[in-house]
Amino acid sequence: MNDNDGQSGDIGRISSGTMILRLAAIALVILAIAGVFAYAGGWLTPHTLTGARIVDRFEQVNEVHPGFRRNHAKGVCLSGYFESNGRGTALSKAAIFLPGRVPVIGRFALAVGQPYAADEANTVRSMALLFKLPDGEEWRTGMNNIPVFPVNSAEGFYDLLLSSAPDPATGKPDPAKMGAFITKHPEFAKAIQLIHGQPVSSGFADSAYNSLNAFRFINAKGAEIPVRWSMVPVQAFRPFNSAMSNKSNTNQLFDALIAEIHNGALQWHLIITVGQPGDPTADATLPWPSERQHIDAGTLTIDHIESEDTSPARDLNFDPLILPDGIAGSDDPLLSARSAAYSSSFTRREGEPKSPSAVSTAETGK
Amino acid sequence: MARNPAQFALTSRLLHWLMAAMLLSMLFIGAAMVTSLGNYHRLVALHRPLGIMILVLAIIRLVNRTFTTLPPFPPTMSKRERLIASASERLLYTLMIALPLVGWGMLSAGHYPIVMFGPLHLPPILPVSPTLYAVLRKTHTIMAYLLFLAFLGHLSAILFHILIIRDRLLDRMALWPVRSHNHKDP
Ligand code: HEM
Ligand code: HEM
Repeated sequence: MNDNDGQSGDIGRISSGTMILRLAAIALVILAIAGVFAYAGGWLTPHTLTGARIVDRFEQVNEVHPGFRRNHAKGVCLSGYFESNGRGTALSKAAIFLPGRVPVIGRFALAVGQPYAADEANTVRSMALLFKLPDGEEWRTGMNNIPVFPVNSAEGFYDLLLSSAPDPATGKPDPAKMGAFITKHPEFAKAIQLIHGQPVSSGFADSAYNSLNAFRFINAKGAEIPVRWSMVPVQAFRPFNSAMSNKSNTNQLFDALIAEIHNGALQWHLIITVGQPGDPTADATLPWPSERQHIDAGTLTIDHIESEDTSPARDLNFDPLILPDGIAGSDDPLLSARSAAYSSSFTRREGEPKSPSAVSTAETGK
Repeated sequence: MARNPAQFALTSRLLHWLMAAMLLSMLFIGAAMVTSLGNYHRLVALHRPLGIMILVLAIIRLVNRTFTTLPPFPPTMSKRERLIASASERLLYTLMIALPLVGWGMLSAGHYPIVMFGPLHLPPILPVSPTLYAVLRKTHTIMAYLLFLAFLGHLSAILFHILIIRDRLLDRMALWPVRSHNHKDP
């Protein structure tokens, strides 16, 4: 009798030896599939860096502040609009560049992990924006006021967080740890010179905010153009002056911003920097030559400021890869890593109870 | 050629294998993306539209199931085994539909745009709510792992029938037509 005509109930026909062998084969198949799944899910590689592990590192150096962003934790929310002048359409088919006005919400923040930290002039300042396009698409972008990013990889950022954490004994980063860090991530040395070389402006209103990472614009003809972008203030630059600083107010930078917006809308130009072949797109520590073409694509007007406690911008993930059709990420590895880490930070904070933000718009609203 | 009444309808068999491949890919893409920095964005961008395609196919499959006659259980399956098989089918159908709905719902609650391809995106199906997002995000993970376990159980049962009971259970789902078992081989 062969296998083909067995209709049913062949169970008695295989010897118990064959049966054990076949049961073992079944177990092996199931275990192999489960093993590949476990590998794909990272369980077998506990030292590979993931979004969750980056966020663990933020929590390690800053402690957990439930409900707050794990980085850029101290902030205040904004709203206003972007008026496109149409000049961006040559570079990108994204609907944001068609002439006209789109609503914007967003957030100003300091790049600190502690939501109640005192404002310091040389802490990195940020502007995060969500442009709501007429067809329902969104463009989200988070920008910093530094000229380049200090490291060119997520591993670099992960290492920097620990190496630059203040030593409990001295209150300053441990020079030995910083030395080892720079040996491992040599791009940091040049980048930090550029960062420290930039004059510090008086506050949020007269700061320029930069995408730092490169992106690609795709135009109507399908051409891909490497770009970086900046929000350049209409407000005149005033250097920060420690004499005007008020140490007794831990929210001095935020309060000044709130007062300025209550006084009248603030404006920034969206400046697109057009990259040339050969310009580094995969390394956010390297500036592009200053003679690159700059295109002013329109004006951002911020006419409303609101505490995180009431603004919908608190519960937003400013994932840098939420982009409309016509804008895409570059080969910069920081972009996908940021997406992963922001998602992890967002998921954690959304599941936690919320505490009031340090920055309230009411007290300076008079 | 008349269909062998012991086999599923051709539409059912096609849907079964197409969706098996898609669901398994989705489970692996999902598990890999949340632990990958370099490929996170690329994989999530694939995960969303593929998941929505699974939702559409799962609904088609459910409709198809109500409009086709199912082959009877083979005599090699005991009453208890039939109950387990029916329950696990119901679980698989529920997860196939609920999992992508939870994915869509959690992105809605998390205030994300639900991007498919290019400018194409889906409307939100739930209001924005941090708590809802957090609960659904966890639910998505639990359901996905449950689907993976259900798949392993399903595969073990099939392998047991093929290799140990040797009742040609797989013929019922084979993509090619299989002759009825009561025809003797020449
Ligand atoms: C691998 C490098 C980086 C890591 C790991 C990282 C990590 C984070 C995390 C965890 C958050 C909080 C996200 C949330 O909960 O919503 C955040 C916020 C932010 N990051 Fe980064 N970041 C990186 C690089 C950058 C770069 C290159 C920029 C460029 C300008 C940037 C700009 C911002 C801004 C503006 C915010 C605040 C967004 C807001 O106000 O909600 N980050 N970052
Ligand atoms: C049958 C369909 C689906 C399967 C099998 C599936 C499976 C998975 C798995 C295994 C994960 C990883 C969970 C974890 O380890 O935490 C995941 C995460 C995720 N899924 Fe799905 N999914 C499906 C449908 C969808 C759909 C339709 C969407 C959205 C439209 C979606 C959006 C997501 C997102 C956004 C994440 C998490 C990303 C993050 O937290 O960073 N999924 N999915």
